[in-house]
Amino acid sequence: MLSYTLKRLLQAIPTLWIVITLSFFLMHLAPGGPFDGERQLPPEIEANMMAAYGLDKPVWEQYITYMGNLLQGDLGPSFKYKDFSVTELVVQGFPVSLELGLWAIGLALLVGIPMGVIAALKRNSSVDYLVMGTALAGVAIPNFVIAPLLALVFGVFLAWLPVGGWNNGHWSNMVLPVVALSIQQIAYIARMMRASMIEVLGSHFIRTARAKGLSESEVILRHALRPSMLPVISYLGPAIAGIITGSVVIEQIFGIPGIGRYFVQAALNRDYTLVMGTVVFYGALIVLLNLLVDLLYSALDPQIRYDND
Amino acid sequence: MLKTRVLMGSMTLALSFAAPLQADTLRLAIMGEPASLDPHKISGTWENDVVGDLFEGLVTEAADGSRIPGVAESWEISDDGTVYTFTLRSDAKWSDGEPVTADDFVFAFQRILDPATAANYAYLLYPIKNAEAAYAGEVETSELGVKAIDATTLQITLERSTPYFLDQLSHYTAYPLPRHIVEEYGNEWSGPDNMVSNGAFQLEDWQSQTRITATRNPNFHDADEVALDEIVYFPIEERNTALNRFRAGEIDIAREFPTQQYKWLQENLPEAVQVAPYLGIYYYAFNARDGHATADPRVREALSLAVRREVITDQILGTGEVPAYSFVPPNVSHYQAPSVDFADLSQDERLERARELLKEAGYGPDNPLELMLRYNTSEDHRKVAIAVAAMWKPLGIEVELYNAEVAVHYADIRQGDFDVARAGWIGDYNDAQNFLSLLESNVSNNYGAYSSPEFDALMSEAANTQDLDERAELMAEAETIALEDSATLPIYYYVSRNLVSPDLVGWETNIEDIHRSRWISFDR
Repeated sequence: MLSYTLKRLLQAIPTLWIVITLSFFLMHLAPGGPFDGERQLPPEIEANMMAAYGLDKPVWEQYITYMGNLLQGDLGPSFKYKDFSVTELVVQGFPVSLELGLWAIGLALLVGIPMGVIAALKRNSSVDYLVMGTALAGVAIPNFVIAPLLALVFGVFLAWLPVGGWNNGHWSNMVLPVVALSIQQIAYIARMMRASMIEVLGSHFIRTARAKGLSESEVILRHALRPSMLPVISYLGPAIAGIITGSVVIEQIFGIPGIGRYFVQAALNRDYTLVMGTVVFYGALIVLLNLLVDLLYSALDPQIRYDND
Repeated sequence: MLKTRVLMGSMTLALSFAAPLQADTLRLAIMGEPASLDPHKISGTWENDVVGDLFEGLVTEAADGSRIPGVAESWEISDDGTVYTFTLRSDAKWSDGEPVTADDFVFAFQRILDPATAANYAYLLYPIKNAEAAYAGEVETSELGVKAIDATTLQITLERSTPYFLDQLSHYTAYPLPRHIVEEYGNEWSGPDNMVSNGAFQLEDWQSQTRITATRNPNFHDADEVALDEIVYFPIEERNTALNRFRAGEIDIAREFPTQQYKWLQENLPEAVQVAPYLGIYYYAFNARDGHATADPRVREALSLAVRREVITDQILGTGEVPAYSFVPPNVSHYQAPSVDFADLSQDERLERARELLKEAGYGPDNPLELMLRYNTSEDHRKVAIAVAAMWKPLGIEVELYNAEVAVHYADIRQGDFDVARAGWIGDYNDAQNFLSLLESNVSNNYGAYSSPEFDALMSEAANTQDLDERAELMAEAETIALEDSATLPIYYYVSRNLVSPDLVGWETNIEDIHRSRWISFDR
């Protein structure tokens, strides 16, 4: 297991390097620069700004400087948020996005798994149709529709919860964004769980367990639940990464100081260093999460022997 | 606050150990996260909302936006209009109790015009003698026309007489900086742990992307008249979120609201909606470079004639915008904008004239005019572009629409890669020159490269004229030339849109949409 983990980590380095290099050059190829906007700067001022950020040098030279700094852990200054370095912004924003994301995934598992199990057990009944219909709606309705609706109903009309703001992560500020973030995930997990459960319930070892005279609840809880959760587990890596990177809309709508907001804003502003900072960070995060999921997977399913790879 | 104070005064000592009275806190939604709170590193209006509460320049803004003495108690202007001698108020202090001296201003002007500071708004100070040369690195900043005669006397020498210069001194580019703090902390000086300021409020806390808190500055010279104890600025980019938070009572003022909600707001929150003329023009730039059909003034005039501004403002946007028939918005101080001569014609008459002009220019059914119209991403820009293209259709014009995000859009039009391009301008200061200078030859914001020697000559003459009436006339003459040439296609004048809680007093609409919190109080 250890050698497998090390091997995977080493494999991640060239992957990350390719991602960083491609992003760096693509970003510089994109039309429009960090100082292009409604107000064109006088040429001498633009020249000053370009020099101040090292943008007056050839791109390859900028790339070498960037990689050199990156290896020393320096992500550079943000072009837009001038009082902060990119590292500071990432360090400030990530815990917020992570907290939000983990709560959302937790809620999605807590609600999605039982929904999927119930639908599988009551297959083709009205309960199944109701659960799956709800899940379908959850998948179909995008975040940017659900989030303002939740804010309007629970924040403005009922005044039960704050409409926005973070307030140092107070639970009341977290409820609506967590719910809004998790709805799609609940739907995915429920659908996945249902399909997987149906498959597992049809397999030989379940039939054997039933033949042994075990009660239905024992069959489900002791034998069927664990294997049917495998697809859900393998989905968790991309789901967590997706929920953290994809919380852009939610963070924007609820005014949450997470890293997601920087992701899009930086690209639009051509804030090169911040774009690269978020790319590096997300790249590393996705590699790491996928690795963690693989390890978790092997722990749940002893048939997978990574050591023999 | 006045009320709170009265209340506090009337309370007996018996109450003095009770829970403290709730402080008057203004909760203000600003439209974005400030890039910085260092006045030399910002360029947005939302940053101005915060920084303008924290600092005060030689001149400052009254509640109605008019200019009143700030740190300067009085000033004298030399007869030729080039030397300004300011007497600073003796009670001007930084929030740490240190006096605000003329030297702090000298320091700040030298810093912003130092190329190493890379301040992108430094060019606003170009009227100051040697400012442009200093920023280009041609002379030392010590040669700038700004000097401290003594601690409370500051002298500024200009390149030439600039009538709007006093107004400009209220802009954040001209704020003083606490030399003792900036020199001690370097770039870290503007953080909440170090910042010292001279405005009505002082920085207390800044949680990035969440909130900025400022409290009353007891050392402010007019502190007794400041009603609010605290201001919390919430950076909220999403206009709908700001509206929802306003409706839920979580914020007191939202700077901007979603235009689509205007009708609903008028019906449901009429007391809170504040829409007012704003110092800005929404226009289409015509590419006057050779090789473009729009280089021909007849084509430009025909295009301008066919656009029904009222349809765009009333039916397509419907949020109070005013149809534009000149380039300089109305209500600009000391200026009366001329208007295009077709403003009074009926639409049929305009179209007829447009057809004639196009025919003269060689376009018709056999040789239809084809145009590339560029606009930057926004639902409203898209709607306007589609409408304008439809309005040109009866003239047989074929329009290809190109849409790009803002950075790409401006990079493209800067290269001259367009026939017609969406543009807008919000005045940096309340003067017609700020708008008309966009049409001078070889100016970087003159996207269409319009060039008229007569226009340039009049603008240059206006710049050297001290008599305000005469100067206004010269600029109006220049604008008339630009309008006759159809240098651009003005579409509408912007309006400012704010939501202001009816519980507040002291908030007044004004053309620059500048609102300093020192004038605001709760009426409760």
